[in-house]
Amino acid sequence: MSDPSHTSSETSEPILGRDPHVLLRVIAKFLIPLIALFGLYVQFHGDYGPGGGFQAGVILAASVILYALVFGLKAAKAAFPPRLIRYGMVLGVLLYGGTGVLSWILGGEFLNYSVLAHDASHGQHYGILAVELGVLVTVTTVMIAIFYAFGSRQPETSDEDW
Amino acid sequence: MPSMFSALEYVPDWLLTHGPAFLMALPLIMAAITSILPNKRVAWASTFIVTAILTLTAFALALYNAEVGTTIYKMGGWAPPHGISLVVDALNAPVLVLIALMSFITIIYALPATVAEIKPNKRAPFYAAFLLCVAGLLGMVITGDAFNVFVFLEVSSISTYVLVAMGAARDRRALSAAYNYLILGSIGATFFVIGIGFLYMETGTLNMADMARILADLDGGSRVAKVAFGFIIIGLGLKLAMFPLHTWLPGAYAYAPTPVTVFLASTATKAALYLLLRFTFFVFDPSYAYVADELLYILVGMGVIGMVFASLQAIFQTDARRMLAFSSVAQVGYMLLGIGIATTASVAAGYLHLINHAVIKGGLFLALGAMWYRFGITRTEDFKGLGKTMPLTMGAFTVLGLSLIGVPFTAGFVSKINLAGAAADAGWWWAVGVIMLTSILALVYIGRVLLLAYFQSPPVVNGEVVVRNEAPLMMLIPMWILALTSIFIGVESDAVVGAATRAAELLLGAG
Amino acid sequence: MSELFSQYNYVVVIILMMTGLYTVFASRNLIKKLAGLSVFQTSVFLLYITIGKVSGGQPPILIEDKGYGADKDGHALLDGPIQLAAGDGSYILPGPGTDVLYSNPLPHVLILTAIVVGVATLSIGLALTVRIREVYHTIEEDEIQNMDFVYNLEGTAD
Repeated sequence: MSDPSHTSSETSEPILGRDPHVLLRVIAKFLIPLIALFGLYVQFHGDYGPGGGFQAGVILAASVILYALVFGLKAAKAAFPPRLIRYGMVLGVLLYGGTGVLSWILGGEFLNYSVLAHDASHGQHYGILAVELGVLVTVTTVMIAIFYAFGSRQPETSDEDW
Repeated sequence: MPSMFSALEYVPDWLLTHGPAFLMALPLIMAAITSILPNKRVAWASTFIVTAILTLTAFALALYNAEVGTTIYKMGGWAPPHGISLVVDALNAPVLVLIALMSFITIIYALPATVAEIKPNKRAPFYAAFLLCVAGLLGMVITGDAFNVFVFLEVSSISTYVLVAMGAARDRRALSAAYNYLILGSIGATFFVIGIGFLYMETGTLNMADMARILADLDGGSRVAKVAFGFIIIGLGLKLAMFPLHTWLPGAYAYAPTPVTVFLASTATKAALYLLLRFTFFVFDPSYAYVADELLYILVGMGVIGMVFASLQAIFQTDARRMLAFSSVAQVGYMLLGIGIATTASVAAGYLHLINHAVIKGGLFLALGAMWYRFGITRTEDFKGLGKTMPLTMGAFTVLGLSLIGVPFTAGFVSKINLAGAAADAGWWWAVGVIMLTSILALVYIGRVLLLAYFQSPPVVNGEVVVRNEAPLMMLIPMWILALTSIFIGVESDAVVGAATRAAELLLGAG
Repeated sequence: MSELFSQYNYVVVIILMMTGLYTVFASRNLIKKLAGLSVFQTSVFLLYITIGKVSGGQPPILIEDKGYGADKDGHALLDGPIQLAAGDGSYILPGPGTDVLYSNPLPHVLILTAIVVGVATLSIGLALTVRIREVYHTIEEDEIQNMDFVYNLEGTAD
């Protein structure tokens, strides 16, 4: 465990040539939006092709985790606050469960998407979209929550330990 | 029973049709909502309401089942065997009622208990994990799909690990107990899922009724089916604390928060035992040679060894909850013995003991929890004078303890006499002897606590004799509900024995 | 012996399974135990996924041409199979009239669930290990047991 004040004095001069992480930061800034975009592609491609909420959620969470690894947990928590995570986890489950409850209200069995629209085919389509969206939200937030929970326990790796 | 059927008139038709899905969807959804409720009283209230609704639904479904027979619910409108079906039949309806009712009783008790045992900011997550556990147990009992069983098994197990670890606020050993439970529980669940994988290879289906049909066509199946059966039995054996695989149980029961112990002791192993029945007699069949061997050598063998050894271990425990935990392992032995003899009467007796033991052990752990709540009692030697300081709690403990021993006019007597009778009918006289022997052992370990409580004077603390300090009403009510239920079953056993017999007849046919 | 090679997937599964199980039982370090548990669970994922492979089978994705009369905007082509499967379950994809051989997608779906379960178990286990380390200041099982033993003795002595 190193003294945080000591490390900050060492790295407080942001001279480009001396920052050991500059390459990492630049590439990460370039990659993170692409990763997030790919996550969304997997999500919205998931109803008729390979993909879906689980995979998309993990990819989206990976973009946040990469951000946290490169820019620090504090910055990640500022960008993606832990408060949001608690509500996100619940929101996802409610989206999933809510789809089931809606299909009950419309007279079908639990999670019978066929009753959600004027014909069974469209109903299945809407239903799977809603359910996968719920899965996406929950998986993303849970993965980030796990990362935050473990990451917050130990002091972050200081620049000297690199 | 016309009076019971008329109760169904008050149940909406919607609940009877959609009840099976409602039973597992409601706690799952409400667990998510409960976890973010800011106020812990509101969290308790929401859990209380949910478990109350679950209990009513489970009762309605059980009555409906008694009237119309097996019902199959198609999840998402997908017909079995391709879709997941939820099945309510004579075998699982009583277990559903048991789980829902015990969750309700535990939640009444949890209000004062969690105040003492769980940190305020952990209480909403505690109730959420509890609801998840209930949902998992109900789901694994009600589902007709073998892989779905695994999913719900893990839902209930993972929430149980969390619940056990929450006992760390009281005793740090809860952490290592939860860790051991996690390792062994995961191995058990993984063995189970390997077995399901082999069964899927053999039969090409995951629906349990379809599996049973195809296995019967194949006349028990090839070596793959045998391997599958072995994996499933070991996996379930770990979950239900079959004798040599029980090592996770005493620690988990002893150091978990008291409401969790009550709920676990009365439901978790029982749900696994239900699955053992379902797989041994329903999916597989005792007419296959390897199943008959398993019944005879594994279930009877391990059951009997477990009865004797765990009872002996219970006698030498200094911690009261560990004593009752080892007693639970011994009682599982009774149920395994009943299942292993494999006549309709013996399986009915084992099933009956499953229900009775849940009531008895749940009540005993409730009483122990109340004693801890008032006096911090965990060790058996601290029972001195409890008959004077907590007469009502000790009264319930006594009634339930006598029931555990098997004194006439209690629930324990009914199941033990049925089990002994079934063993005698099948010609297993030595088993009758073992049942008598372990009942005497139970008399020793319960009796020594009762003697301390009633024939020793209360201890002197700081120069003053400890005065009467009864448990709060919210603890006494659930405790006495269970104590009176145990007496009621002992006196008027027809309803429960009938339910157990119907369950056994479903598995083995009448006779 | 040649049978062993033709069914090499089972050999890999068995080796992984035994490695994992042995690690769980033999190591006394809490993290190593969890690593063993993960290997053990992963072997099951492999077991399921390899049995889903149909020799010569395609990935189970519907192809527009080989199907059920594609609509211009693409979604009506699923009408037939979905309604039939949802209705009476008489058949699942691919239905009659197709000449495509698909691999079995069901084991993949099952294992997706099992992977999630594995992740949940692993993270709970790691979380417990973190808490144990904070309380006991060690993650060696022997030392923890010693401490508990001493604690038990003290508990009975007072």
